[in-house]
Amino acid sequence: MKLETLKTVNIERAARRPVIVVTDTENGEQRLVKAADISGDPLRAELAKQLRMGKSGTIEAGGKKLFLNVYAPTAKLVIVGAVHISQALAPLARSLDYDVTVVDPRTAFASPERFPDVPLIAEWPDVALPPLNIDHYTAFVALTHDPKIDDPALLHAFARDCFYIGALGSRKTHAKRGERLKEQGATDADIARIHAPIGLAIGAVSPSEIAVSIMAEITAKLRLPTQEKEQAA
Amino acid sequence: MLNRDQDILKAAEDWQKAGHGVALATVVETWGSAPRPAGSSLVINDDGTFLGSVSGGCVEGAVVTEALDVIASGKPKMLEFGVADETAWNVGLSCGGTIRVFVEKVGQS
Repeated sequence: MKLETLKTVNIERAARRPVIVVTDTENGEQRLVKAADISGDPLRAELAKQLRMGKSGTIEAGGKKLFLNVYAPTAKLVIVGAVHISQALAPLARSLDYDVTVVDPRTAFASPERFPDVPLIAEWPDVALPPLNIDHYTAFVALTHDPKIDDPALLHAFARDCFYIGALGSRKTHAKRGERLKEQGATDADIARIHAPIGLAIGAVSPSEIAVSIMAEITAKLRLPTQEKEQAA
Repeated sequence: MLNRDQDILKAAEDWQKAGHGVALATVVETWGSAPRPAGSSLVINDDGTFLGSVSGGCVEGAVVTEALDVIASGKPKMLEFGVADETAWNVGLSCGGTIRVFVEKVGQS
């Protein structure tokens, strides 16, 4: 690997931008494809598929064996609301390799006793969220049921282009939330990005089961191609 | 997206900058129950120090030896490990899988 290639890989990784190194394993020839350049690449279909799956692998193209090494950022999960569901959701998400942060200004909820080993921020969203560098590789869930906390958090998630945004609440609650958010400048397209009621419909009852339905929905959003995603939703 | 062991690439860059010869070994194909998926890597410097893994520790010793050759020659190599290769390599994967590992020098022109 050229030193220049290695340096670029490290720069892109530090900036949480995906990059794929394509190596011809017969002769060692190598090139680097940044995520932004995939759509114009001759191998775009293969590159896009490997990146979506977050998986490296060897493919055959044009009579050559090519190894596609995918360097994708670790996914983050930001949970707003240190509630009962979050107590089940945080460890579940960590077992799926997400970097998890829980935000809740209510210190009675956001206590280390309730969330051992999970980074907790007992601040309001306007203080807690900006330093988290929330980006496209972030799943974002608002679970407090309190508009004073959930609404500003959701507005932040829209601005940061999170790959998944979910919010707890019935259809009726969600309709009211949509109206409130629009008054604060959100567009219809923003509101349409919120998964609410949150989670896949698996008949979840307990907090742990709701956590499973949320992680299942996040996984579908992360891994499925767009069309199948819509069918699953 | 969920690969957490990539900081070894930073080590590769740092070692290279500090004047070391450095090689990168990467799992490129797996069959059967291989211990680590494609993309897993091991970085080795010219005094034999290494970071990361390409298996559960079963074949790292052999990979390091080969990597020192690659650092010296500058020519990349493909290694294959598995149950069928025990006689050739005297190492194998106890899990019964097979892996191919691409070893390349860092800083080749």
